[in-house]
Amino acid sequence: MKLAYTLRLADDALIIGHRLSEWCGHGPILEQDIALTNTSLDHLGRARSLYQYAADLFNALPAAEKPSVFSSVAIQGLVAAGTAIDEDDVAYLRDGWDFRNLLLVEQPNNDWAYTVARSFYFDTFNFYFFSALQQSNDTALAAIAAKSLKEITYHLRWSSEWVIRLGDGTEESHQRMQQAVSDLWMYTGEMFVMNAADQDAVQHGYGVDVDALKTLWMERVKAVFDEATLAMPAGTWMQSGGKDGKHTDNLGYILAEMQFMQRTYPGMEW
Amino acid sequence: MTNDKMNITKNEWPLWEVFIRSKAGLDHKHAGSLHAADEQMAIENARDVYTRRMEGVSIWVVESKYIHASDPGESASLYDPANDKIYRHPTFYELPDEVKYM
Repeated sequence: MKLAYTLRLADDALIIGHRLSEWCGHGPILEQDIALTNTSLDHLGRARSLYQYAADLFNALPAAEKPSVFSSVAIQGLVAAGTAIDEDDVAYLRDGWDFRNLLLVEQPNNDWAYTVARSFYFDTFNFYFFSALQQSNDTALAAIAAKSLKEITYHLRWSSEWVIRLGDGTEESHQRMQQAVSDLWMYTGEMFVMNAADQDAVQHGYGVDVDALKTLWMERVKAVFDEATLAMPAGTWMQSGGKDGKHTDNLGYILAEMQFMQRTYPGMEW
Repeated sequence: MTNDKMNITKNEWPLWEVFIRSKAGLDHKHAGSLHAADEQMAIENARDVYTRRMEGVSIWVVESKYIHASDPGESASLYDPANDKIYRHPTFYELPDEVKYM
């Protein structure tokens, strides 16, 4: 269970990192292009630490359990050969249904407002989540949390600034920012769903009670929206599934692009 | 607001000069310039553009229009006269051995 939990946190980081990296070379202005690329690399750095830890957890499993963990033929091949897996294998060789990232992070960039809105929702969650994860009784997770929190604090500052700037900007920027936060709203509920992995994590003291973060998250989002003159989206219906491996079709496209090289030329380096 | 100013605010963010202090106790040094909508964004952009490789611990930004520069055309009269005033350098004093770091 700890393996699944760690992998999920890594998947969130990898997928949001990949999405933000899509802006590289396409940012609205050079300075923001660099800002987003920096942020993207922060997420990828966190993904690497978590994937490597997940790989270590996997390698430590009893041999009998290993073949049933991932459906991917490529990983099963490594297991059958008795090879230890590493961070790259779990990132590049797992199949889509073995990814457990939030639906929110796989949503497309669309435009600057959607990118900012997605980051803002996720950064706010991340901020409280990783603050709490520092108390994990798992020293590896606690250490990753402590390191990540500094980066995430800056991410949150960046995305909050932009929500306020665009929300309280021109008529057009306000309208587009409002549209983005409203459209992405239905993917925010999933962050606070306590699924089996979350419950196991809380019960054994290595994870975070995400349900308890909801109030904090709401208050923070509301405060920023107030300053941005944006209305809190009213929708109550929430789409979930990512944490259980049921994704929107966006994830398939991301993985196709991201995994293509390693799948086609296994072990390739450059 | 003049026409020119309106066009600038409408189409392009103003330019800012960035000064970075590389470590506590040292001076802020000019690092370069960048575009930003206001001082807050200028500092954040400077953080992302100029301190990604651990170059700094403190940032100053000044909107470029507030920097006044000497005229390169006047360099001859401004700077050349210093060329032959060798007596302005403290090279004629003998330093006692106890004085270090001079």
